[in-house]
Amino acid sequence: MDTDLILRVYPFFLEAAWVTIQLSVLTALLGLCCGALGAAARMSRLAVFRWIGAVYVSLWRGTPALIQIFILYFGGPQIGIQLDSFEAGTIALGVNIGAYMTETIRGAILSVDKGQTEAARTLGMSRWETMRKVILPQAARLMIRPLGVNINALIKGTALVAPISVVELTYTAQRFIGSTYKPFEMFLIAGLLYMVIIYVVGHGINWLDRRARIT
Amino acid sequence: MGLDFTVVPGYFGILLMGMGWTISITVCAGLLSFFGGIIFAVIALYGHWTLRLPVRGFAFLFMGTPLLLQLFLIYFGLIQIGIDLPAFVAGVIGLGLHFAVYNSELIQASILAVDKGQYEGARTLGLSRGQTLRRIVIPQAVRAVIPPMGNNMIALLKDSALVSVIGVMELTLAAQQAISRTYRPFEFYLAAAFCYYIINLALEAGLRRLERRIAASR
Repeated sequence: MDTDLILRVYPFFLEAAWVTIQLSVLTALLGLCCGALGAAARMSRLAVFRWIGAVYVSLWRGTPALIQIFILYFGGPQIGIQLDSFEAGTIALGVNIGAYMTETIRGAILSVDKGQTEAARTLGMSRWETMRKVILPQAARLMIRPLGVNINALIKGTALVAPISVVELTYTAQRFIGSTYKPFEMFLIAGLLYMVIIYVVGHGINWLDRRARIT
Repeated sequence: MGLDFTVVPGYFGILLMGMGWTISITVCAGLLSFFGGIIFAVIALYGHWTLRLPVRGFAFLFMGTPLLLQLFLIYFGLIQIGIDLPAFVAGVIGLGLHFAVYNSELIQASILAVDKGQYEGARTLGLSRGQTLRRIVIPQAVRAVIPPMGNNMIALLKDSALVSVIGVMELTLAAQQAISRTYRPFEFYLAAAFCYYIINLALEAGLRRLERRIAASR
């Protein structure tokens, strides 16, 4: 173990970790938006929207995220979409995780007892009111934990933007492995930082989940 | 530069070959992750502490870090300690170990959920501890986790695209080769995505049939 080397390179890794955190946050927000829209589409009364939602989930979950990133970043300019690597990576990853979150959100909404809908409708609430005032508050609690699983996968998934040269943790590790030939040391620094991020986020999600259960 | 999909059929052979390699990697890494998962699970639950602690530490490390980073570690790490494996083997080992850890978590929970009476009954009938595990407990535990393990296999198929980064010739790298000759990334990455989607649909159909057969044999 080369501790001198570790002390010399770790500032670069800290900077890279910050990029990984930014990527994770932006991707998670975009994913939640896509997931909410996707779930709404999949549960729509209009068959067209249900179909669009189903196709979105199937295609985006059925192909590798890496290929989706490549299509947007390398193929985008051909259809007039010019993005830098950070933007392309964030958008491609966000839309990708959104497909998984669509199913998570839909699952949580469907697992709210049917009697709740029936009772609210009987009391004269409209379909939209029932969803907003009765179903969603209950479903929101149920989806915290499974969304946490999605977010955990997403944080590790941000490594996929390394091949399009976004200078985040994995890219930095790869670059230093190439220049120092010390794969174990670089893996340890980058791995430790990933685990810290994942641990902190996991803790936050547990805290949210506990709070949602009490109220 | 507009889109022109007519160039794709000219590279049909390369894509098909890439598909073949992607399927081979998925099958090899899938088998490794299946048996590796069982071995890790047994060690994590019943192993001597000198084995148990390293396996648990390894699982902790591998579940908390990205697959791509692990692939770099395995590929370059093995070279550093003097083992120069072909990229294909390194890719299979990396993917296989990564998913073995996830399978192991599933199998551990499933082993603990096997009815205790099964264990006691087998021991009473004179089976040794090892025999009981091998013939009674593990078959039941593994059978119960086939559906979630199937999800891991689907994830493995898609993550096999990552080994292109360490130079394994598979579908993604095949598409990249076609692109380096034609400068048409959109068309060929889309074609590759289509191929992955087809393999994915076939794998899902196969897993559904397997699940039905297991459900029927209960």
